[in-house]
Amino acid sequence: MELSPVAMRAFAGLLKDRTGQELAASRHWRIETALKPLLRDRELPSFDSLAAGLADRRDIKLADAVVEALLNHETFFFREQAAFNMLMAGPVEALAAARGGTRRLRIWCAGCSTGQEAYSIAMAFADAGDRWRAWTVEIIGTDVSASIVGRAVEGCYSQFEIQRGLPVRQMMRWFTPDGDDWRANADLRRMVRFERHNLLDPAPFPGTADIILCRNVLLYFAAEERTRVFDGLAATIAGDGCLMLGAGETVLGNTTRFEPDAAQRGFYRPVA
Amino acid sequence: MKTCLVVDDSKVIRKVARHILETLEFNVAEAGDGREALAYCQDTPPDVVLLDWNMPVMSGMEFLRALGTSGMSPRPKIVFCTTENGVGHIRAAIEAGADEYVMKPFDRETLESKLQIVGLA
Ligand SMILES: C[S@@+](CC[C@H](N)C(=O)[O-])C[C@H]1O[C@@H](n2cnc3c(N)ncnc32)[C@H](O)[C@@H]1O
Ligand SMILES: [Mg+2]
Repeated sequence: MELSPVAMRAFAGLLKDRTGQELAASRHWRIETALKPLLRDRELPSFDSLAAGLADRRDIKLADAVVEALLNHETFFFREQAAFNMLMAGPVEALAAARGGTRRLRIWCAGCSTGQEAYSIAMAFADAGDRWRAWTVEIIGTDVSASIVGRAVEGCYSQFEIQRGLPVRQMMRWFTPDGDDWRANADLRRMVRFERHNLLDPAPFPGTADIILCRNVLLYFAAEERTRVFDGLAATIAGDGCLMLGAGETVLGNTTRFEPDAAQRGFYRPVA
Repeated sequence: MKTCLVVDDSKVIRKVARHILETLEFNVAEAGDGREALAYCQDTPPDVVLLDWNMPVMSGMEFLRALGTSGMSPRPKIVFCTTENGVGHIRAAIEAGADEYVMKPFDRETLESKLQIVGLA
């Protein structure tokens, strides 16, 4: 089955409108693989007919399904373990020292996918003994995809998902078998809040976030939209807050409102 | 190069594990049961043992206990890798001194991440 330039433009246009992400034409095969199950579900004969269905605009669910299929949701627990340890030992401790008065920290996982990142942070705090006992640590996970946010709220993971990155002791402490899956226990789920939110829109909460994780999200954004997202994050982060990107991502060349933290690779500070 | 001893009575599983481990740049040795594994460890201690539960001659648990009393130091990391996926088994393995636990079926990502957790990948 062929993906015509017209259909390609329709899918790319939709995705960019909805999420800011760009579809590289060089990734044709990936787009075809991603959308084929949808053709089958909808009993559509071709990518062109799918594109025509989008043009019809009455079927909002179809557009949602296309966007959904085109998004990359790959994630796992404690992704880049070393960076996680650094986050807890460095920026988190530094902010805690500055927040001794209120004993409140707010952490925003922007583009959290199915929740592993946010739950990892929650476990890192909860497993630190008494260190955070007197603190209120608010962890907010958001994602543009409603169905993915639903999965994050459920906290239910397949055997492959639960084993990827998660140490067995933490799996046993915080999860319980549920059929073939493993489900986050209520005490873990209570530590995290999930919401649907598009990074192209203003922040989903009033006030500021002390730490923002936006990892492996902005990779595929168009340049202009990426800058817009960084501007939005800069407006939301506390003056002494810290932004964490994925390995191999940077603010350099994308925004002047953040600068690399001289002391810690992978972390960025808002520019006053 | 790190060495991993794959202990499983299934030749197919050993082959799959070997293939993945070699792409992760491990030196791979194989044993078909716990007793063979014990002999191998006493001779050439590996960095990590990927350990099946159910095997003839000597099971994974029996191997783990024997290794514990052998006084080998440093002891290799032990990663159970088994179809025994119930919490009872997992708990017993941890109590017996296993460092990590892989529930079969597993894939490359699972194995790589568990080896990272025990500090080896
Ligand atoms: C590859 S996952 C990364 C998940 C996690 N942060 C990690 O590093 O493992 C990227 C996520 O970003 C989400 N995303 C893409 N565009 C977005 C947007 N405009 N607003 C919010 N989330 C978005 C996707 O739905 C996807 O779940
Ligand atoms: Mg067996």
